Amino acid sequence: MGELRFLLNDAEIALSEVGSRDTLLDFLRLSRRLTGTKEGCAEGDCGACTVLVGRLAGGELLYEPVNACIRPLASCHAVHIVTIEHLRGDGGGLHPVQQAMVDHHASQCGFCTPGIVMALYALWMRSPHPSDAQIETALQGNLCRCTGYEPIIRAARAAAKAGGQDSDILEAERGRVSRFLRDVPRERLDLRRGEDRAIIPADADDFAQIYAQTPGATVVAGATDVGLWVTKFLRDISPAIFINHLMKEITETDVEIRLGAGVTYAEAGPAMARALPQIADYWLRIGGWQVRAMGTIGGNIANGSPIGDSPPLLIALGARIVLRRGDERREIALEDFFIEYGKQDRAEGEFVEEIIIPRPQDAQIAAYKVSKRAHSDITSVAACFLIRREGGKITEARLAYGGMAGTPKRAAKAEAALLGQSFTEASFEAAARAASDDFDPMTDMRASREYRTAVASNLLRRFWLEQSGEDARLTRLAEDCT
Amino acid sequence: MKDDQAPRGSAHQPIAHDSAHKHVTGAADYTDDLTEPVGTLHACLGLSQIAHGRITSLDLAPVRNAPGVVCVLTASDIPGPNDVSPAGRGDDPIFAEDIVHFHGQPIFAVIAESRDAARRAARLAEIEYEPLDIALGPLDARAAGRDYAALPLTLRRGNAETALETAPHRIKGRFAIGGQDHFYLEGQIAMASPGEDDEMIVNVSTQHPSEVQHMVAHALGCPSNAVVVNVRRMGGGFGGKETQMNLFACVAAIAARRTGRTVKIRPDRDDDMTATGKRHDFVVDYDLGFDDEGRITAVSGDWYARCGFSADLSGAVCDRALFHADNAYFYPDVRLQSHPMRTNTVSNTAFRGFGGPQGVIVAERMIEEIAYRLGLDPLEVRRRNLYRNGQLTPYHQPVEDQILPRIFDELEASCDYAARREAIIADNRRGGVIRRGIALTPVKFGISFTATHFNQAGALIHIYSDGSIRLNHGGTEMGQGLNTKVAQVVAEAFQCDIARIKITRTTTEKVPNTSATAASSGTDLNGMAALDAAEQIKARLVAFVAEHWQQDPADIRFVPGFIIAGAHEIPFDEVVSKAIFARVSMSAAGHYKTPKIHWDREAGRGRPFYYFAYGAACAEVSVDTLTGEYVIERADILHDVGRSLNPAIDLGQIEGAFIQGAGWLTSEELWWDDKGRLRTHAPSTYKIPLASDRPRIFNTRLAEWSECAERTIKRSKAVGEPPFMLGISVFEALNMAVASFGDGRSPARLDAPATPERVLMAIERLRR
Repeated sequence: MGELRFLLNDAEIALSEVGSRDTLLDFLRLSRRLTGTKEGCAEGDCGACTVLVGRLAGGELLYEPVNACIRPLASCHAVHIVTIEHLRGDGGGLHPVQQAMVDHHASQCGFCTPGIVMALYALWMRSPHPSDAQIETALQGNLCRCTGYEPIIRAARAAAKAGGQDSDILEAERGRVSRFLRDVPRERLDLRRGEDRAIIPADADDFAQIYAQTPGATVVAGATDVGLWVTKFLRDISPAIFINHLMKEITETDVEIRLGAGVTYAEAGPAMARALPQIADYWLRIGGWQVRAMGTIGGNIANGSPIGDSPPLLIALGARIVLRRGDERREIALEDFFIEYGKQDRAEGEFVEEIIIPRPQDAQIAAYKVSKRAHSDITSVAACFLIRREGGKITEARLAYGGMAGTPKRAAKAEAALLGQSFTEASFEAAARAASDDFDPMTDMRASREYRTAVASNLLRRFWLEQSGEDARLTRLAEDCT
Repeated sequence: MKDDQAPRGSAHQPIAHDSAHKHVTGAADYTDDLTEPVGTLHACLGLSQIAHGRITSLDLAPVRNAPGVVCVLTASDIPGPNDVSPAGRGDDPIFAEDIVHFHGQPIFAVIAESRDAARRAARLAEIEYEPLDIALGPLDARAAGRDYAALPLTLRRGNAETALETAPHRIKGRFAIGGQDHFYLEGQIAMASPGEDDEMIVNVSTQHPSEVQHMVAHALGCPSNAVVVNVRRMGGGFGGKETQMNLFACVAAIAARRTGRTVKIRPDRDDDMTATGKRHDFVVDYDLGFDDEGRITAVSGDWYARCGFSADLSGAVCDRALFHADNAYFYPDVRLQSHPMRTNTVSNTAFRGFGGPQGVIVAERMIEEIAYRLGLDPLEVRRRNLYRNGQLTPYHQPVEDQILPRIFDELEASCDYAARREAIIADNRRGGVIRRGIALTPVKFGISFTATHFNQAGALIHIYSDGSIRLNHGGTEMGQGLNTKVAQVVAEAFQCDIARIKITRTTTEKVPNTSATAASSGTDLNGMAALDAAEQIKARLVAFVAEHWQQDPADIRFVPGFIIAGAHEIPFDEVVSKAIFARVSMSAAGHYKTPKIHWDREAGRGRPFYYFAYGAACAEVSVDTLTGEYVIERADILHDVGRSLNPAIDLGQIEGAFIQGAGWLTSEELWWDDKGRLRTHAPSTYKIPLASDRPRIFNTRLAEWSECAERTIKRSKAVGEPPFMLGISVFEALNMAVASFGDGRSPARLDAPATPERVLMAIERLRR
């Protein structure tokens, strides 16, 4: 029922046969023979499949890099897909980004190169004068095994110097593309490939209705996790409801920030950084650019993972969530949503609709993430702290951890050790010691139980030191590269 | 005159990789990008779910009956022998038969109409096993009394045992060194198409087309002349496609023979990382004697390697670990022994450095031991122990081309090592959460395959009547710029613009019986073979010109675009066209074999290496001592490539190798669970360096004054592997930062890789 419609480079595409398991990458490579986009890992970690997706965001056409390997084709309604084959410079020659890559010997085996070019192209469009830190941030989602990256960084600098944004091919097409995207009808699509069914709701109310009626359906938002169920675990997710275009409102008031569940990490970033500049670096340790452009806050919560990075921060901040089923809504504290590993307080057909973050007033806040590799890695330990003081005493302590238990969890004993105490090294030392009794974390390939326990305590020591003005962090990792 | 300037793309020019334009536009075709013939089928392997056991029941009916499945292959479907052992030991089955030896070992392959159908079907197998004892690590294998997977080697000179007993200082230690996954961005892939009679054409991503050809012929039970293997380019190799491709190519070819259709196999990343070999991890026991000045007097060491279930290349890898256990240092009395242990893990294989890094890093560990014991700057200890020309290595080859003292002097000055080290020591003394470390380490790397017969290559050059040149050689392109460099050699030989030369895919049809593109030898060998072919054609052209234009051959010169014969100045293409008209052959096959080398493995003596490549790096790190996280703040490199054939490509090799070496020793951790399952089998769990992990200050220079002492191609030196070991400077710098928590006389003795966890745990140990 209906047709999935989008632009692919120059071509208008309309597909009536689409399954929930179809990926954008397979569509590009197998159906369209656009083989410049490569598959390196099929899990959104290497960036060799990076393409740009253009969509209307608040009426403006916005291009972002995404991993085509885990991007469901059904999530591509009313967007503009741009692949490496579309990229060219004035007169049909090399684009300034491509030319800079050649000039600086930034490809060796060349397999990661199309993906790197697309990520740098997205950066070049958005930030005409990027700092080295911004270049590195733009490349967090792209692996290169040959060059050591140095020539790629040089190429990115040179592309910025070359400029040419005004005459860029996507700039020239902006009007036509925007019109196309605006004119694509937004009605419910119910598509199939054989038995495999993909539903794309018209709007959030439509989604609420469909999901209440089909509670066994798989809900797919950013697909940064569900995508792997399909590509790696070969799971049958049909029927699946694709909602990456829904619930994208961000409301900032004096007392709170409200994020629609479909807001991506990339979209939430500026609002979060305005409210909490000290967590900007934490935010940029969530995935790479491609993952941040796809992954949603609602999905990160609803997924229930103990190593999702937004829940510890949101719990520390005292966030609440709105759960909706049909037209019924209820609001609960986020920390109460997580019951135990694999179990959340969510009824059949119910979904996370909104996240409400109270604006932190007069609190000391920090968010730390520790992982084997600094960027684009899954958390070993995440620790997010909110401390309030009155009259020299600690009156509120919210110490939320990820990676330490089967759910994102507060450190009750460490919090108790702080409450009512004065803001001193001794108090935090006591809390650090108490924290090691709060959790019984597991040993796995990311970190051992002993390491997680030691780090959980040490991060409280770091918090104390930083609040007392000491350098207790690697400055390069604490950089705000937004 | 037309010979003022060398033609564009001639030897020693920093020109771009020949495929750079295609890389950045997505137009470079890798094997998976080739157009599939109509009816192409797809294969997927069925892998063992346990690390060691007897297969008691194998029910593949659910696989066979799955949608889209055409057939299922097991060991009994292989026309020839069920073996792809590169060492010829018959211990590397394509499909396990009765016993599985590691988690992830292929047992069967399913062939289906689509890759998706094949992957889904492969999971439906119902296999029951009777578990057998497992030994995962090299010491587990030793404790369990397992046999060696390959031949061990002992190198001995003098009497280490006696010398150790009389040494003024003696330190014994144990050092665990992790392995490494290649993480080539393009995974393993092969596509086989059946032809007439017994012919089979295999397009494959391999570093060793000739071996694939022979393996496929072997498995199909047909002569090698029926099999053609083509490689245009690989999306990275690093040693991981030297032997590991054989199995995939054989499966595709067997299936193609069975079905009469083209069959492609491209394992997903998890299967690729689970079922293919990696860099060997080692546990090394060292026993070190030295004097009061920090001069090494004796070394004894045992290298226990995790080889996996079969030999593969493990014997040679362990040999090379011993060949580099001295790194750059003279050991007066020495005994080194390798123990290639058989384990229930995937069979480990070649990886950039080929065991060398696991030798070099132990030498550097011993230097640190001496420095801390005596309270010396490790760089001073390094200097005092550097080889002097004429001194013998543990394998009795004299070092005769030593240039490290000059490299040390220049690098130490340019990176301001001494002052920075002082400042860092002072800062660390003041305490604080962030501690720093700095280290300047050398590499000396032996160039040549240690199996002498591999040191040969072939090339084929055709010149067509329009003067355009087609160049083939036996080497394969995996990003290292080999094709570009070889074309530069030919461009210089003919004094023609490199645009005149068409670089083509490597194919066993054009150049037979080649060696793997490995051991950093690609340019040394294939450049010389191509030069030989070019010189043959040049000689014919000279003879022709001399006769046609009636000139003395001694007066005939090749200048850019022209041939000068006395007063005549004839365009190159005109000469070629006239020569062909005069029935002169414009095609030549070249060949090269490395001179001077020989190796007696039994005696542990010889000259396994034609020459040594040298370099040094200085790395500075900052460590967060609350979490063990760190950053590389700065790196300075001075590396020797002789007279560079292409400085741009060589610098790229050096920078890339440094980061890959640093990755090996920092974030890249192979982690097996207690059931022997590798749990770091995809980039989500196995973390290679990112752009943000590179040093922000990264100065890489070539030792431009260096020229290879031997008559290598244009006096250049090999560059693929040696700079990998420059990454060890990062590891030693981390050791220094951690050691700042000690008493000043205790090295940190980090095991590798120094993950944030290992760093923090070492700090906690020293704090107590």
